[in-house]
Amino acid sequence: MKPPAFEYHDPVELEPVLELLRRYQSEAKILAGGQSLLALLNFRLTRPAALIDINRITGLSYIKEKPGWLYLGATTRQRAIEFSPLVREKLPLLAEATRLIGHLPTRTRGTIGGSLAHSDPAAEYPVVLTALDGELVARAESGERVLKAGEFFQGLMTTALAPDEMLVEVRLPAMPAGSGWAFEEFSRRHGDFAIVGVAAQLSVEGERCASARLAAAGVGPVPLRLESAEQALKQGGLNQRTIAEAAARAAEQTQPTSDLHASAEYRRHLTRVLTERAINRALERARGTRS
Amino acid sequence: MAAHRFIGQPVKRVEDMPLLTGRGLFIADLPVANPRHAAILRAPYAHARIVSIDASRALNAPGVHGVITSEDVAKLTRPFAVGVRAPVKYYCMATDKARFVGEPVALVVADDRYLAEDALELIDVEYEPLPAVTDPTRAAAPDAPLLHEEVGTNIACRRKMTYGDPRRAFEEADVVVGAEFKFPKISSTPIETYGVVASYEPGSGVLTIWANFMGPFILHSLLARALNIAENRLRLIVPPDIGGSYGIKTSVFPYMALIGLAAMKIGTTVRWIEDRREHLLAASSGTDRAAYRELAARKDGTILAMRARWLDNVGGYIRSPEPGCSFRPIGNWVGPYRLQHLEIDAGVVMSNKCPTGPNRGYGCGHLYFEIERLVDMLAEKLGIDPAELRRRNLIQPNEFPYRTPTGGLYDSGDYPAALERALKIADYGELRREQAKAREQGRFFGVGVALAVDPSVSNMGYISVALDPEVRGRPGYLPKSGATEAVSVRVDPLGKINVILGSTPQGQGHRTIIAQVVAEEFGVSLDDVTVTDEMDTFTRLWSVSSGSYSSRFATVGASAAAVAARKLKAKLVKQAAYLMEMPEEALEFADGQVRPRAGGEPALTLKDLAGRVHWNASALPESMEPGLEATAVFGFPEAKSPDATDRVNSSNTYGFIAEVMAVEVDPDTAAVKILRYVSVHDAGTIINPLIAEGQILGGALHGLGGALYEELAYDEDGQQLCASFMDYLVPTASDAPQLQIEHLISPSPFTPLGSKGLGEASSMTAPAVVANAVSDALKPLEIEITELPITPSKLWQMIEQARSRKS
Amino acid sequence: MSLRRKIRLEVNGETREGWAEPRKLLVDFLREELGLTGTHVGCEHGICGACTILINGEAVRSCLMLAVQADGAELITVEGLAAGGKLHPLQEAFREHHALQCGFCTPGMLLTAYDLLRVNPSPNEEEIREALSAVLCRCTGYLTIIKAVRSAARRLPADTGK
Ligand code: FES
Ligand code: FES
Repeated sequence: MKPPAFEYHDPVELEPVLELLRRYQSEAKILAGGQSLLALLNFRLTRPAALIDINRITGLSYIKEKPGWLYLGATTRQRAIEFSPLVREKLPLLAEATRLIGHLPTRTRGTIGGSLAHSDPAAEYPVVLTALDGELVARAESGERVLKAGEFFQGLMTTALAPDEMLVEVRLPAMPAGSGWAFEEFSRRHGDFAIVGVAAQLSVEGERCASARLAAAGVGPVPLRLESAEQALKQGGLNQRTIAEAAARAAEQTQPTSDLHASAEYRRHLTRVLTERAINRALERARGTRS
Repeated sequence: MAAHRFIGQPVKRVEDMPLLTGRGLFIADLPVANPRHAAILRAPYAHARIVSIDASRALNAPGVHGVITSEDVAKLTRPFAVGVRAPVKYYCMATDKARFVGEPVALVVADDRYLAEDALELIDVEYEPLPAVTDPTRAAAPDAPLLHEEVGTNIACRRKMTYGDPRRAFEEADVVVGAEFKFPKISSTPIETYGVVASYEPGSGVLTIWANFMGPFILHSLLARALNIAENRLRLIVPPDIGGSYGIKTSVFPYMALIGLAAMKIGTTVRWIEDRREHLLAASSGTDRAAYRELAARKDGTILAMRARWLDNVGGYIRSPEPGCSFRPIGNWVGPYRLQHLEIDAGVVMSNKCPTGPNRGYGCGHLYFEIERLVDMLAEKLGIDPAELRRRNLIQPNEFPYRTPTGGLYDSGDYPAALERALKIADYGELRREQAKAREQGRFFGVGVALAVDPSVSNMGYISVALDPEVRGRPGYLPKSGATEAVSVRVDPLGKINVILGSTPQGQGHRTIIAQVVAEEFGVSLDDVTVTDEMDTFTRLWSVSSGSYSSRFATVGASAAAVAARKLKAKLVKQAAYLMEMPEEALEFADGQVRPRAGGEPALTLKDLAGRVHWNASALPESMEPGLEATAVFGFPEAKSPDATDRVNSSNTYGFIAEVMAVEVDPDTAAVKILRYVSVHDAGTIINPLIAEGQILGGALHGLGGALYEELAYDEDGQQLCASFMDYLVPTASDAPQLQIEHLISPSPFTPLGSKGLGEASSMTAPAVVANAVSDALKPLEIEITELPITPSKLWQMIEQARSRKS
Repeated sequence: MSLRRKIRLEVNGETREGWAEPRKLLVDFLREELGLTGTHVGCEHGICGACTILINGEAVRSCLMLAVQADGAELITVEGLAAGGKLHPLQEAFREHHALQCGFCTPGMLLTAYDLLRVNPSPNEEEIREALSAVLCRCTGYLTIIKAVRSAARRLPADTGK
């Protein structure tokens, strides 16, 4: 299990990265945290002609507050996100999801950009982005564009990034006041990819649900925004009946497949269970009955 | 016996310091001069004819020193001898066909592992894929794809055995319970993978192989024969540290042959460190088993008889020491119960999966899963509490030594006391009350009990029950038996003690245990004793049964050390008597000196005595051997070969395990949560409770892994589905339940210290106790667990089906 | 193929240099070029944790990093944990509680626990378990390791983890 040979570039600025991407097109891979890519290389399941290591580019690792938003640089380490007071305050859902990614030693290296660009359908960050309608900034030599989470994840481990584009920034709306959040995940062991994961963030006004953001991981080729469940909550309010209804709708919306660890039916069922749990926990937090 | 200073004490291990500071010496750390590195090309098909192999491009690749292909293997080696009569040809690499995904088909030796792996990609192999079969029942069917044409069937061995009069017992029984069972293919996957280094010296013709091999050393002869070299030209050396084995590293031997061959043919020192993918695809595992078992009993719960038939799936080739999977527990086939009538139909079948071998609990996890599940089913049927039903069937303390109907000789024990102890610690009554409450609330709360007789120190003879008694009775058949271990004890000129073992520990702290035993015997401090293991077949005393497997060390190794120490003490007393001019009978060795039995002076310390004997050897009379050394080879007289009725004492000491577990099943996710786990062991005298507890904790988690998480799964075509640790789910620190351990001590009458083995311990009970607890939790839905692992997905499906049945 | 590069880093307080092809894994570089065989290889895909070391004070998998990426970094491996011949409290506690058997996972366990105690000097049992679930051990069943880490946490001065 040793990587095949490759050309190696580790520029200290972004421009040469973009130039290399243009030159190699899909023959090159960007090496961010490497917590998935290095494993794939060791298994020789990928054999890029070149690796473009972006770890030496200093300007790509940051967490910035903008009005109503947090901007995170692509190479911001999961570990930095986990321990960031700003993220805990403004985006507690992201903080909670982060603690479920692998283990601390893999979060030391793993980056938010890498995780999103890798776009494993069972991973935590893609589903948070999907739930929150996050934005992704892609840059090429020819310019920059901003993609919505919904258009970024295109299929099983494929994104809307063009071969000459690099994900440089991730933008997430800060959590509005009076909201609650929860990331519920069922995996067979701690630190594994989820069999199913559900991200929830709710804003509450009395019994009314002012906004609901729900998405599920592990139930299809891309993270699934649970729109009809969100609808149900917004229309029916926050009583146990509506919550159960929302969870049932969530399950209906999924199109999971079976694998070694779980059958499709079980995944669908888990979506219902976890959606319900996530909504309830988010609700408790919104109402201040849970921290 | 006087109070012990060291035996029974939680002595900290001498092994720890280097391991804690990164100075251990594992196979991959061994400093070898100029090694070249091997990588192995493996079959992508479960079953395929190898049409051609062209390695010419690989040979010309940068840094490559040589290639070994199936052609070389067919020409230069012989197949390993197998333990059955079926003419299975098991070579160290595929020759004609590949019979499982991951089977070696070629090997490259290069300057480093990276280059070797590069070159593998340049080897062109043409395969003709053949239909594959992976399920044991399907593989045994007459129309199944045939793995070995020369065998003519996939069934490697089948034995029908009868003990007592099971037919009558079943006829006369009031109730019979029976069920089909499936046990998964699991591997304890040591964190250190296999590793082999080989070097050939053409001048002397000696092939030296370093490997993290754990024995048994019967495989030394097999290796020499496979490699066509004389046994006294084959030197096996085991590095000081082995990173876990749990049985799995027995099966590194085909790679020892392959790397040995590469070293001889290519003429360089060859080093091969298996990677994790190779390990999960192609190292070893226990068997998956399909079984049917039934119990016959009277209304009062007395179990009269048992019938079982099974198919053990040994994968692509049956290799030594298989079919141990089926027969290793033969002496304890009845478990702790008094039943006398038994009918067994044991089948061992080959299929397109990775070959098997010993895995912690070898054959016993399967056995007790089936028996203990049935005992619970019987209890349910009779309306008797499962603990009570067991109580009514246990062998009683006054019956030891107890001869089982299959020939086992249980040395000692108090099974009822151990069961009561476990029930008491778990507060069984309270658990049942909690359960009643939980059930009222619609929760799934379950309590399980499981018992096991824990065999240790395999008698090498058991394996020959794979052959019909008629075959064993033929003239010229050489019977096999025994279980020995040799230990040497020496005193150096300054009176310090060196002990030399022939064992191959993989974390069990042999050096510490022996230091305790020897320091105790001599009455010296632990620091005065240095123990060396590091097996080397050129310098250590060893025999075919040597090695560290079947929980044998605390029994046979410690016994050999005690006997060697006593021999040496006797010698020292004799020498001292001469030098002190006193009658030998008046002297004794105690507290590190030879002194008058009556006490007082004069005394000769070990140091003084050693000095005199070493430095002035001629002071001793000619009739007295001047050396300060003694060796003992310890064996068991009861380790006989099987008799004509297939009775054999398959192990030499038998401990006992009683376990109680409480679980709750989440009705929404079907996740199993272990709330309480109590494990009571009787392994005779415990030499080091720290180490003993460590063995039990580790064994329990292996058992739980197999029960709840792990399975080396294959799809229909024989593709292996878990070639990484992402898919082969090893339990983590978050998954380990609290475990309360207690010991009862019934010393073995067959060992000088009274010790028995417990290295496999709870690995053989954990699957049974979890399955019983989960079945009990789901009793309202009438769910019986008869298949492992109990994954949430599968369990949820069962719950759903049961719910729809009910409504 | 890319050319070998010179790598200069600090390991256990000493400056070390070596050469490596870009594809060389950091763990192989440590073991083969620098002779530091205390760091073990168990899976080469980031799951077993046997290869865990500290880089700039934080635990990482050295099988999921290229050696060239560590150029200029400060590393601590298991060989550097005991200072001046005195065992680190974690090492002491592992010995005390029989938290190692074969010792193969031990380097990874120690450094993972070290990192935990640095970010959380008094973890509860749940937190210890969660942190240690980063490293697989097949021998001990983990309970003694959990105990050892808890007792080391009590022994360590709360602020340093050193
Ligand atoms: S070897 Fe790096 S995590 Fe297993
Ligand atoms: S001590 Fe052997 S793997 Fe942990």
